Amino acid sequence: MNSRCFHCGEPVPAAARYRVDVGGRWEPVCCAGCEAVASAILGRGLGAYYRLRDAPAGAPQPDSGELELWDDPAVQGAFVRRHETSCEALLLIEGMRCPACAWLGERAIAACPGVHAVSVNYATHTATLRWDSDRVRLSELLRAVREIGYRASPFDSSRASAVGRAERRAALARICVAGLGSMQVMMYAVPAYLAGEGEMAVDIASLMRWASLALTLPVVAYSAWPFFSGAWRDLRAARLGMDVPVALGIAVAFGASVAATFRGAGAVYFDSVAMFVFLLLVGRYFEILARQRAAGALRHLGRLVPEFASRLRDFPRSLEPERVAVAQLRAGEVVLVRPGETFPADGVVEQGAGAASEALVSGEARPVAKSPGSTVVAGSGNLANPLFVRVTRVGPDTVLSSIVRLAERAAAEKPRLIRLADRTATWFIASVIGLAAIAGYFWGAAEPARAIPTVVAVLVATCPCALSLSAPIALTVAVGEFARGGIVVAKGHAVEMLARADDVVFDKTGTLTHGELALKDVAVHSDVPRERCLQIAAALEAASEHPIGRALAGESGGLRADEIHCRPGSGVEARVDGVRYRIGALAFAAGLRPGPTRREDPPEDTVVWLGAESGLLASFRLGDELRGEAREALAALRDLGVHVHLLSGDRESAVREAARRLDLGTVEAGAGPERKQQYVASLQRRGRVVAMVGDGINDAPVLAQADVSLAMGGGARLAQLRADAVIVSQDLRELPRAIAHARRTLKIVGQNIAWAFVYNVLVLPLALAGALTPWAAALGMSASSLVVALNALRLERAPRRGPGASPARLART
Amino acid sequence: MDILYLLVPLSVVLVFLIGAVLWLALHGGQFDDLESPALRVLADDDGAEKPGRGV
Repeated sequence: MNSRCFHCGEPVPAAARYRVDVGGRWEPVCCAGCEAVASAILGRGLGAYYRLRDAPAGAPQPDSGELELWDDPAVQGAFVRRHETSCEALLLIEGMRCPACAWLGERAIAACPGVHAVSVNYATHTATLRWDSDRVRLSELLRAVREIGYRASPFDSSRASAVGRAERRAALARICVAGLGSMQVMMYAVPAYLAGEGEMAVDIASLMRWASLALTLPVVAYSAWPFFSGAWRDLRAARLGMDVPVALGIAVAFGASVAATFRGAGAVYFDSVAMFVFLLLVGRYFEILARQRAAGALRHLGRLVPEFASRLRDFPRSLEPERVAVAQLRAGEVVLVRPGETFPADGVVEQGAGAASEALVSGEARPVAKSPGSTVVAGSGNLANPLFVRVTRVGPDTVLSSIVRLAERAAAEKPRLIRLADRTATWFIASVIGLAAIAGYFWGAAEPARAIPTVVAVLVATCPCALSLSAPIALTVAVGEFARGGIVVAKGHAVEMLARADDVVFDKTGTLTHGELALKDVAVHSDVPRERCLQIAAALEAASEHPIGRALAGESGGLRADEIHCRPGSGVEARVDGVRYRIGALAFAAGLRPGPTRREDPPEDTVVWLGAESGLLASFRLGDELRGEAREALAALRDLGVHVHLLSGDRESAVREAARRLDLGTVEAGAGPERKQQYVASLQRRGRVVAMVGDGINDAPVLAQADVSLAMGGGARLAQLRADAVIVSQDLRELPRAIAHARRTLKIVGQNIAWAFVYNVLVLPLALAGALTPWAAALGMSASSLVVALNALRLERAPRRGPGASPARLART
Repeated sequence: MDILYLLVPLSVVLVFLIGAVLWLALHGGQFDDLESPALRVLADDDGAEKPGRGV
């Protein structure tokens, strides 16, 4: 159990015998999938990936096996643009963990013949691809990506990523203009600051002013546009936002300077204006980046709908399905959904009766019966029989899409901390504008030449930007850092509550364990060797969709089974190398050789028997294995001073066993959803802040009761969205890291608010007294905002945490 | 000091030129991905890695 998979970093199960050849050394890998992917990567000479990456690879993405359908021009339709000699498409690549993945994907595609150009963008997880359709088919390129462990699918470029890119580009363009402008205007301003009274020739001074005006105009008209439009929006909504004094300050300073330039006399503040705009924009850019990163991670979660569907053109007359891309489906068409498939769109059952698992969408774990007339939802799974479904809603209109949108909105909602800072800022802004007006009035009466500089100084210097920025920047940086560690924050308050959590309550199944059956132990009952038994079992179960079958379907060593007969409820019978075998329940497996069979005590785990005509060969003990990193994660949590509880609906003995292996004291077994909720509520009544970690389906009520809830990413995927955060990486060690990180974030928010407050209180009297020139005010205010932003960015520069890094140590730094 | 009448407007023009170049680079996608190109430089020699000798 000590060794970790060379490819994905997961612990290697004791029973696994997978290896890859890395330059003559044999490194262990955890499963056949990782073995295939790692060999593909090394075989293509791309082993440098393992040196370059800074995060372990994700588990290999399953292959839908229907990539050839993408070669059909009708299916390619909207996804592929055709030129005379080449095709162009945008691919969405799923499973990328670090920039090295982008490098790897690019290399793998570029190595295919007939590829003209490919570039993988790590920021958006997309690839732009141009290829020669005569020399290579699209499916071959998609397969090349799947072979190295990612999932690529053509992507309609008109969707979300284009919006994000446009926003980023516009923000960068504004920064460029403001940055260039402020640098050069500063040059023109220096002589005026250095020269004494009357030392500068009047026409040279005028030249400098006009040159400054020419360069500041684009800064104000283009770069500062978001501040003006924001201020206008606030005023129309009868609110006072941070943009109002900013826009007012820029407008007053710029207007006065333009007037002075035309008059040819008086002071100009072009340099202050340009610098002010530039520094403010830089702060906002960081915010945009952090926000987009968090949103992108969410979008990937929503991709549950399959790529292809079986459409029946003339449904009642012919039942001959054709495979089409889901994007081609229209409302009113009929599709066939086989058992085990996912419904591609919302619809109504036309023919057939069966059951669907809607846990993904509704959180309901039990199968829902379906008969003609009942509605089905895209993203849910068909469990029992083939169903003919008339499509009612497709694509963005489906229930699934609306749930994803809901989650996106939740991600954008402002947490309490930010609302508090905003409210304080509103109150503050009103006083600042009032004070500026009063100061302008008095200075205008006493010394008219100093009225405008004073008003500008008051407006600019005391703008509570630092106050307004303090919490959002720190929180967005934290959210970005969480996402990098594999935790997607879906609700704004998650960071704050994680930092305050005193108790973490875990569910067992699917949280501390993998939530699926895995091979624990093999007992051999004849002279057939263990390896051989495993291979026969794998061959028998190769086609199985049953959870038990999947646990056993591994490396069959080239063995193939034929004459496969599935006996529901008993097992599988098939012929391998001419010998008949049975795998399944004891009585069934022993049935090939009539006679008395041994009796076993009913064990805690599921046991599957392999039998032949010669007798029983082996038994496989299957169980829900504890996650390899669970123990380490819990120890790290205790180091942080957090109390850990285990609540489970499972049998007492299984829970005790898990608790013993994890060194857990506080345990409750046999707890139903209601009991779990009471348990958490009673902790809360004692004044504890409770974080709940579950798989997101049957523990939805308790997740809602907890102050902050987390779901494991592998569970029912959409139900996760009811949790405040999702552990997408499925690595429990991320949890203590996240808590340590959240605590640091909260500390930094506190520092920022204190700093912003002290700065504003100190600078206000100076500005009112007219002791601050506008440039000094702009510098002071911008410096104060930058201090806040940089302080928040310290969170991002936290040491890159290797697997062994102690979160407790991180928390103290 | 008359040269200033040439140099100052020239500097204004230069700033606009630089701005235009940056604009082109920006909309050509130069700044869209700031993370993966760094790796492209680190491991760019295709032939150097022989199969099976990756790490």
